[in-house]
Amino acid sequence: MKKKWCDNGMKGWLYLLPAILFLGLFMIYPLIDVFVYSFEEGYNFASQTYFGTGPYNYSYVLHDPYFLQAVKNTFLLVIITVPLSTGIALLISVGLNSITRFRSWLQTIYFLPYVTNTLAVGLVFMILFKKTPYSDGLINLLINRFGGASVDFIDGPYWAKMFVLCFYTIWVVMPFKILILTSALASVNQDYYNAAKVDGTSKLRTFWRITLPMISPMLFYLIITGFIGAFKAYSDAVALFGTNLNAAGMNTIVGYVYDMLYGDSGGYPSYASAAAILLFVIVLTITCINLLVSKKNVHY
Amino acid sequence: MEVILQHLTKKFPNRDRKKSDDVIAVSDLNIEIEDGRLIGLLGPSGCGKTTTLNLISGLLKPTEGRIFFGDEDVTQLPPEKRGIGLVFQNYALYPHLTVRQNILFPLQNLKGKDKLSKEEMRQKVLEAAKLVQIDDLLERKPNELSGGQQQRVAIARALVKMPKVLLLDEPLSNLDARLRLQTREEISRIQKETGITTIFVTHDQDEAMSISDIIVVMKQGRVQQIGKPQDVYDSPDNLFVAKFLGTPPINVFDGQVRAQKLYIGKDCVLEVKGVADRDVFVGIRPEGFLLKEDGAFVCKRKGIEVMGRDISVVSTNEASLNSTIRSIISSENKVDTGSATVRFDLRLKKVFLFDKETEERIYFEIGELQDEKEMV
Amino acid sequence: MKKTMDKKTIVTKTITYTLLILWALVVLFPFYWMVLTSFKSYSAYNSEYIPKFFTLSPTLQNYVDAFTAVPLGRYFLNTVLFTVVTTALMLVVIILAAFAFARLDFRGKNVAFVIFLSLMMIPNELVIITNFVTITNLNLRNSFPGLILPSVTSVFYIYLLKENFEQVGDTLYYAAKVDGTSDFKYLLKVLIPISKPTLITITILKVIECWNSYVWPRLITDDENYFLVSNGIQEIRENGFGRENIPAMMAAVVVVSLPLIVLFLLFRKKVMEGVSRGGTKG
Repeated sequence: MKKKWCDNGMKGWLYLLPAILFLGLFMIYPLIDVFVYSFEEGYNFASQTYFGTGPYNYSYVLHDPYFLQAVKNTFLLVIITVPLSTGIALLISVGLNSITRFRSWLQTIYFLPYVTNTLAVGLVFMILFKKTPYSDGLINLLINRFGGASVDFIDGPYWAKMFVLCFYTIWVVMPFKILILTSALASVNQDYYNAAKVDGTSKLRTFWRITLPMISPMLFYLIITGFIGAFKAYSDAVALFGTNLNAAGMNTIVGYVYDMLYGDSGGYPSYASAAAILLFVIVLTITCINLLVSKKNVHY
Repeated sequence: MEVILQHLTKKFPNRDRKKSDDVIAVSDLNIEIEDGRLIGLLGPSGCGKTTTLNLISGLLKPTEGRIFFGDEDVTQLPPEKRGIGLVFQNYALYPHLTVRQNILFPLQNLKGKDKLSKEEMRQKVLEAAKLVQIDDLLERKPNELSGGQQQRVAIARALVKMPKVLLLDEPLSNLDARLRLQTREEISRIQKETGITTIFVTHDQDEAMSISDIIVVMKQGRVQQIGKPQDVYDSPDNLFVAKFLGTPPINVFDGQVRAQKLYIGKDCVLEVKGVADRDVFVGIRPEGFLLKEDGAFVCKRKGIEVMGRDISVVSTNEASLNSTIRSIISSENKVDTGSATVRFDLRLKKVFLFDKETEERIYFEIGELQDEKEMV
Repeated sequence: MKKTMDKKTIVTKTITYTLLILWALVVLFPFYWMVLTSFKSYSAYNSEYIPKFFTLSPTLQNYVDAFTAVPLGRYFLNTVLFTVVTTALMLVVIILAAFAFARLDFRGKNVAFVIFLSLMMIPNELVIITNFVTITNLNLRNSFPGLILPSVTSVFYIYLLKENFEQVGDTLYYAAKVDGTSDFKYLLKVLIPISKPTLITITILKVIECWNSYVWPRLITDDENYFLVSNGIQEIRENGFGRENIPAMMAAVVVVSLPLIVLFLLFRKKVMEGVSRGGTKG
């Protein structure tokens, strides 16, 4: 009996050892530590000392105009991009499922943004939208063509910058949503549609009463992951506006965390921790609300 | 409602785009179905029976030919205008709706003057549910039901609009053996109670034979034979139909007709009047063998299977196209277990001759002498 | 009757295709623009107040610049090294862990698995702060171990692989045991070959993730010699060619984007299948 324990018991843990080591060092310990940091007031990175403990870090972050700007930006981004991207993806997937020619070509094209480097392609978006002394940029020329005035989308007014950020974010998240929705739509048994057809169900009613309920689990999955993803937006913004997001007024919560940690205003892991925990709380709350709503609306 | 199919043909474009020739799923189908009948479309998979059903339902449009419901030409009508009910092989019950909502669904689609009040709808749902005896399950979801109950819900949903024609695609194939027997009686009862012309598709000959008024045997998109189940069994038009109907299946032999006599191998087994000398396929139903010590047809004995009421003698013969010959004999007969051979006389009503090329039936006259034998 | 029906379907079809092609253009246009611009000469690009949609005198000068004026080649090699080592190490770690969970019996297995699962919900943003401090204190900033080590485990992939291992029936394991095969040999010779499709999926996803990773490398490196392509692109953008040389920047972007696009086009089915099974982005 004892031998068996050694035999099997130790062996199992041995196989797990690398994973436990890495996870312990880079996940579990940091997880505890981040809470500790967030309550250590006046932590000095160089000397690794602090004055005392308390909620000061949270209060500092919550009163920091940069953080508030980041929260505003992030919420705007979430509220605009999640419904829009999910809606457009649904529209495109429905379209894609109704055709046969070029379908596989289009699917391949739609997936391309998924495998591109966010930073690299963001640069292309920047030059398309940017207004420079040499050129107003392609998008502005398009706007001029339709009688509008040029706007600098990269260094210009807030709404214009927000627009590009949302546009680029949607461009980046679409492949995943289209992929998931197309396969969800394709997996709905054709017999359901035939049954509806025999009963003379109109196309619209078929869509609302049959298609949507059938794919609702996937739809909610996308909305939940979409919310989480959008709340963590960061590299899209860097790609468009550069690393100094605070100066551009386009920082996100995650960006604020990193800036606090490292970068031009960096060196404050305590503030970074407090901000990260606040973000985590926001995401958790939103996810819980989402799950509650989906419990009510997803039918099986 | 009378259903008439005239020269119905359906071609599908070839999946392999390089080949330009179309795949013909249904070819020149002519069927007339009387009002209030239960019709079984029977054939092996890929014979076009489901395509035929989809043509009648309107889910597919025929390449050529017409479909009439009574006097009305419905060929170009979309499914919802034809007044049909369709039960899918996997039932296609909407999983997110309750049984009541599922049955209600077709009624809610009605528009304009056909529109029903809430009360009327409730009433109709209840009627349909009572007919198939699921009125106590109305608030359940489909995944809380057994296969047989789901089948009933599907039938109720198809019937709730009082269709003129009810179509069932492989209605029993998703049920286990015990439920199958029960459900086929159920379908037969519902059909008799409602009097709706019902067409169902099946690959199972037992199923088709047991409940259909008329069966239509199909092969490769063509009708092979139409008739009452017993008639088709007793007098198949060709070798395919003979082989397809009956368990155990018919025994087929190479045979020769010489001077109005039928030879299987060396044995002269029957007198067949009115048939010119030629080579033929001989089909003999298992119950067409009579065990006789001095029988004309000699086979090698392989074994005996006792089945209670009957016994089955398994034997071989060089001319047989099946690996073994199965004959069913009343258990009152004694089989000599010591002998290496068995000898049979044949019941000539159970013997069919078929052309070697076309596999069409060759009819022969029954001689007087053999009529007597038949009395034995 | 039939004619109006046809008209209606034609209209629907037209709208559908217009919508689909429109989105395809939105997706493709940035790619077209980056390739186009990368072939325009610096002077030609800057003299076009109204950008041209084509170029008559394509030049490869920008690609030469991208590799000579800035250390793009170095970034590229760094990223390849980072991607290969991280993915390989991760595969080893997760295969061992998944095997332990799927096949071995040991005390505390269930508790350990529950803890593993709950770790799946921890966002990277929460732990990255301490990791940054840890790596700094270990003096591993601007080094490959510092880049690689924090990302060689993935709870999600362990979970995915464990499920896959469990689908391989008990009988195979017992058969191997009867033949006297050791657990490790069974893992190596039986489980891994059988689970190849899942392993390929995981590899593809991890490679994509590594190739595009930006945040961690940005925190942990400020020495150009250790930059990955994402950081390299950002560096080029901010301090790049000494002037705002957009065509050369686009050439760099093309070079950086190409490997994954080629990989995707080669393994289109595998990639899309893999992503729909286990990927998220955004």
